[in-house]
Amino acid sequence: MASYSTNEFRSGLKIMMDGDPCSIIENEFVKPGKGQAFNRVKIRNLKTGRVLEKTFKSGDSVEAADVVDTDMQYLYNDGESWHFMHPESFEQFAIGAEALGDSTQWLKEQDMCVVTLWNDNPIAVTPPNHVILQITETDPGVRGDTAQGGTKPATCETGAVVKVPLFLEQGDLIKVDTRTGDYLGRAKE
Amino acid sequence: MLQRIRAFFDLHGVMEVETPVLSRAATSEVHLDSWCVTSNDQPEQTYFLQTSPELFMKRLLADSAEDIYQICKVFRAGEQGTRHNPEFTLLEWYRVGFDLAALMQEVESLLNELLSNCIRAPAMHTTYEAVFQDILHIDPFSASMEQLTQCYQDKTGSQPPSMSNRQDALDLLMSEVIEPALPANRLVFVNGYPAQQASLARIDDNDPRTARRFEVFCGGLELANGFEELTDANEQQQRMHHENQQRQAAGLDEVPLDEHFLSALRAGLPACSGVAVGLDRILMLMTNETQIDRVISFSADRT
Repeated sequence: MASYSTNEFRSGLKIMMDGDPCSIIENEFVKPGKGQAFNRVKIRNLKTGRVLEKTFKSGDSVEAADVVDTDMQYLYNDGESWHFMHPESFEQFAIGAEALGDSTQWLKEQDMCVVTLWNDNPIAVTPPNHVILQITETDPGVRGDTAQGGTKPATCETGAVVKVPLFLEQGDLIKVDTRTGDYLGRAKE
Repeated sequence: MLQRIRAFFDLHGVMEVETPVLSRAATSEVHLDSWCVTSNDQPEQTYFLQTSPELFMKRLLADSAEDIYQICKVFRAGEQGTRHNPEFTLLEWYRVGFDLAALMQEVESLLNELLSNCIRAPAMHTTYEAVFQDILHIDPFSASMEQLTQCYQDKTGSQPPSMSNRQDALDLLMSEVIEPALPANRLVFVNGYPAQQASLARIDDNDPRTARRFEVFCGGLELANGFEELTDANEQQQRMHHENQQRQAAGLDEVPLDEHFLSALRAGLPACSGVAVGLDRILMLMTNETQIDRVISFSADRT
């Protein structure tokens, strides 16, 4: 089993912690002048997204996590799983709702996403930072009232609900930031 | 900063000295790792880059019994982070006839002068035992390993790393929990360190669990470490042998002991106290920087 010593720690390194794959966000070397050295690290659990702090004795090793981020194209949802395809090998992966979490609401067919594989199993999907979605349902647009800057909820084709300006109508295309869920602007096809 | 330090010692009649950076002997301290240097010219002879000028300076003291100071580069392999660079600048000085209290007073007046813009006087004076009692409500001398690790878990909410002995656990609590809890913008003198954590210091006659050692902290940074020096050559030799055994047990290389230093001690080191101050960290405080590489021309990863 591959392992990393604390002196190889750097941000982005993937390690195993309590049975889950994690990514190191920050690594701080802590040492009293005459005493034992420690590495205090901030790590993100790649399955849950939770961030935790952990201190290691310098020189200790931890098991490496076989984690790879791969670009894949989202194909379709069959009701149970979401299907993705590797654009070069054409290998297909069926990913369950658990690994996808909140990202399902941003998945539009044909979009390229980053799929995180741990031991070749998908554990997380990161949608593109910006997606273009069609509004499928919203209150009627209010023309001539564009200056006031009010917002209303709009449901999009993927199921996501986004706060949009009042003048937008059903069928309009909008650009959304998937990291914040914010409306960025109108989009053309 | 360097000018002000030199003016300070001029005023106090302390002489500036220089000692070698390369030595044929290395420190035996378990938690210090020396760089080994070899050359094509003498492939069989290994030299070590100093982790501190302490032993050379004590040889000078044994020889001349004069007050001396030095500003020099020291090297500690593997120490790199926001507050550590493997090569750094140390100010080290020795005062003949000073006890620990007298030296602490002198350290305080120098640091007050250098850091007048960023610290509030007066300094806080406390002991190793008191900071553990006040902040962790635990006795560092009697608490068991289980109590120390439980205390760490209670205070940080996370599992402690694997540790082989009580001293490691004390170091962990000191640097992870106590140091961040000490007052910022104020010098904090902590004295009475455990005897096991002071290889070159005298044991306190009144409390043999502790050594005549102090440290100075400010704003979460460890700035200085001082000793009332051990002058007993036999005891020093035993401690160094013991450290080499610990090194072996920890899977580290044994190092050649500094026989010149030991014979200087046998010839007679005057009663004295000495202290080392990390000047890069003083500069960090003076310039309000939190990263050591901001006050170094080229940090190790840019050399």
